[in-house]
Amino acid sequence: MRAAEEIRHTRAQFGIVLVAGLREIWAHKFRSLLTMLGIILGVSSLVAMSALVAGMEKGAKEALVAIGGLEKIRVESQELPPDQRHLTDQAVGITINDVYALAKNSTLVTRLSPEMRLPATLSANGKTFRPWLCNGVWPVALEMSEHVIAHGRMINDIDDEMARNVCVIGTATRDQLWGSPEEIGREIIPVGETVYINGMPFVVVGLFQHYESEQDRKERLARELAPPEAPGGGVARDRGRRFGGRRGNFVFHLKNSTVYLPLNTVWMKFRSGLSFSGLGSSFQSVGGAGGATGDPRLSTLEMRIAGVEVLTEALQQVRNVLMSTHKGIEDFSFRTQEDWAEQINVFIRNARLSGVLIAGISLLVGGIGIMNIMLASISERVREIGIRKSVGASGADVFVQILVESVVIAVFGGIAGLAASFGLVQLLASVSPTENAPIVQASSLLIAFGFSALVGVLAGVFPAIKAARLNPIQALRYE
Amino acid sequence: MPLVELRNVSKVYHLGGEEIRALDDVTLDIETAEFISIIGPSGSGKSTLMHILGCLDSPSQGTILLDGVMIHNASSRELAAIRNRKIGFVFQFFNLLPKLNVLQNVELPMIYSGVGGKVRHERAMHALEQVGMANRAKHRPSQLSGGQQQRTAIARALVNNPRIIFADEPTGNLDSHTGEAILQLFRNLSQEGRTIILVTHDPEIAAVTPRRIEIRDGKVAEKVDIKLAGLDRAPIPTAGDITSLPDACR
Ligand SMILES: Nc1ncnc2c1ncn2[C@@H]1O[C@H](COP(=O)(O)OP(=O)(O)OP(=O)(O)O)[C@@H](O)[C@H]1O
Ligand SMILES: [Mg+2]
Repeated sequence: MRAAEEIRHTRAQFGIVLVAGLREIWAHKFRSLLTMLGIILGVSSLVAMSALVAGMEKGAKEALVAIGGLEKIRVESQELPPDQRHLTDQAVGITINDVYALAKNSTLVTRLSPEMRLPATLSANGKTFRPWLCNGVWPVALEMSEHVIAHGRMINDIDDEMARNVCVIGTATRDQLWGSPEEIGREIIPVGETVYINGMPFVVVGLFQHYESEQDRKERLARELAPPEAPGGGVARDRGRRFGGRRGNFVFHLKNSTVYLPLNTVWMKFRSGLSFSGLGSSFQSVGGAGGATGDPRLSTLEMRIAGVEVLTEALQQVRNVLMSTHKGIEDFSFRTQEDWAEQINVFIRNARLSGVLIAGISLLVGGIGIMNIMLASISERVREIGIRKSVGASGADVFVQILVESVVIAVFGGIAGLAASFGLVQLLASVSPTENAPIVQASSLLIAFGFSALVGVLAGVFPAIKAARLNPIQALRYE
Repeated sequence: MPLVELRNVSKVYHLGGEEIRALDDVTLDIETAEFISIIGPSGSGKSTLMHILGCLDSPSQGTILLDGVMIHNASSRELAAIRNRKIGFVFQFFNLLPKLNVLQNVELPMIYSGVGGKVRHERAMHALEQVGMANRAKHRPSQLSGGQQQRTAIARALVNNPRIIFADEPTGNLDSHTGEAILQLFRNLSQEGRTIILVTHDPEIAAVTPRRIEIRDGKVAEKVDIKLAGLDRAPIPTAGDITSLPDACR
């Protein structure tokens, strides 16, 4: 490359050239500052955008773990494909039979968790609450959905076998029925209390731990550690409250308002009130809750597979089993978290792309600004260049001098941009939701700074070549 | 061997189809330690000759040997290196860099020959002492008189210890008294054994040099002032083809 060739042939010491460049920039302070503005904007937007994306990525990953990770697959009922429409009467839906068949035949499935959803209203303590999820489950659901029992116990096999009226609830339900720790100043543990589910008495045997994002937990701990606030402080605290008394990610809120009952209990005691989620509910209601075979019909079937890497094989295996139990009727579909993860990835990729675009355009504009000012600067300094050449400066010396000035402007702009980016990130942090608080990464700082230097080089090359090629005699004559 | 050997050198400019022969078949030799004036009317080609001798420009035709090196077809990088080490220029309009002080201006040629800071400073101060400007080292060119600026320019031309110093109308922008002082400075440098070429259109200035090269319409004619030459040093070994045209002698 010509530039590299030029630089190799310069004899002037770099320090002197650098000082000359700094002197030149200092001589035109205001002009240089304006020139840097483009780079400042480019660098700070690059850093801020990547911090924002990193924050979103982290929030999404936490949420993904909270809902059970990538190894989880859901089987859902689905309307029949067009060529099988005439078989609708014989569609059985997903039943407990499928669970047993899968347990026996699908080697790649490690856990099976049938769920029977119950549209429920809970009442206790004179209050009522409609939880997001009230499911009849097997004990394995605890592990399946990454739940943790904080107090009491999970429903067990005996509860299920005997169809006992027991339930495990989350903190959102507790907060609604008995009050949250923030409101009443102490934590109520309703284990042993009675709660009425659709009018039927149930004993609360366990309480899930409170689920929240990293960020929320830190904030909550900080609040709890802080000395008691003045009466006015309560207002600020209320403002941040969403979703049942605590601010936080939607996913975490849903998880907190889960109620688990034994599967058999739901099957035996709420037979008529079951809901079948998914597209199939309209036709399933025709056959009644009993289904064509009389098996308990499940709303969903969740399973965990041996690993993400065997996802495709596992899906095929499960599909084969279900096709045989459903007599070839394809009334089910799979939902993997991978779909969800993919959606998030696409979103993040788009966000990153638009960030890069914004930053790229700013840097481009900044580069054009630098090139413009360097061209103006060399036409102001034709005579200076002529004098330097007459005392023995080679084209390479002039080239390096102009290039160094350009790079110094860009690098100063880059440094100022890094400083500005911290302000910008603070600003973004204050307007973006907590779980997606921007995260400034050292690598993005480095990349942004590198780009600013690169822009300086690219913007300087053309003016530098132009200056290096000036004819010394004409340059000396120039007025 | 002469310091400079010009053989059949021409410089042709093309302006809108018209051909201008700024130098027309010039052949001449310059010996070490000569003090020469190039004289001629405006537009005769004096500056053009100086630019070519001074490696600022290349001839259209002909060959040039400077200090044993062929320069007529040298690259611009080689020419820059020769300008830097072997040639010093003094211009009519001083041509100092206004943003640098006197010392920094004098240091400039050494920056491009990679001389280190301490040596650079010492040599620049020594050159300034030679021209009597050491006490003004920290001043900006704008704070100096014309004569002082020209002294600074001469110090800059001297500082890399060049083989030849070219001065294009060095007194052209100075009053006669100051001009006289600058000429005296050149005379002193010549007596120290430096090779100096003065470009001028003023016969009075040309009269101080032992050898005069006259240019008219790009062609050269010469006259050697035997008396001046004899006064200052041993007779100059004349190049074989020196001619004395009647109209060249005034
Ligand atoms: N770059 C150029 N393009 C075209 N013609 C040129 C160029 N430079 C010089 N000339 C022509 O060459 C001729 C000699 O010019 P030169 O500058 O050498 O004259 P000079 O003797 O130095 O005159 P002066 O005493 O006015 O400085 C002139 O006719 C001039 O117009
Ligand atoms: Mg001239």
